[in-house]
Amino acid sequence: MRISVQESPFDLGKETAGFSAGRKDMGALVTFTGVVRDLPGDPLQALEIEHYPGMTEAALTEIAEQAMARFSLGDALVIHRYGRLVPGEMIMMVATAAPHRNDAFDGAEFLMDYLKSRAPFWKREITATGADWVASKAEDEAALDRW
Amino acid sequence: MDILYFAWVRERIGLPRETVETQAGTVADLVAELRKREDRYDLAFSDLSALRVAVDQKLTDFDASLAGAREVAFFPPMTGG
Repeated sequence: MRISVQESPFDLGKETAGFSAGRKDMGALVTFTGVVRDLPGDPLQALEIEHYPGMTEAALTEIAEQAMARFSLGDALVIHRYGRLVPGEMIMMVATAAPHRNDAFDGAEFLMDYLKSRAPFWKREITATGADWVASKAEDEAALDRW
Repeated sequence: MDILYFAWVRERIGLPRETVETQAGTVADLVAELRKREDRYDLAFSDLSALRVAVDQKLTDFDASLAGAREVAFFPPMTGG
């Protein structure tokens, strides 16, 4: 299991190729990548991501440990960036490894659902018309109910 | 006790962290003390339903005890991913 909170970009190909490498008991590897999406109508100049150093790593570790136990994962990876990003840049990725695909998919969805509203990150959108903190969505909170 | 502010809470209060002397027994007591200080605190804490709190880097509730706490952080709901 590995958690990385970093300002610098990550190499998706390298991370994916190296994830769970060498293990022969994992039949399913799932990866999800989050990308900064441009805004329709009011083009996004940048997305600024703030976080709570110390708590962020602890919260992500706890979420990943829960996913490992609950879905019998053989391995899990969470990389989340902070700082100033522009549309098209990769913000974060998760990867899960399990003997079978259902657990690998469920584990990745669980990680995503929890890190969206339980890991201390805050996004601010910068456009030509100003800067706005992104509001949390009720559906993100509701997504936790299914677990 | 160290108090940390993030995102728009940090902007409204105007600083990322400060150290305060307090006898507050719970997070809610601490909030009440802070609100009395200045308008910018009063404004930042005017709607607690829009805020989240962590004590010693663990998410908790506003009725949580501060016994032995070293660090309290206030912030809006998180928007990771």
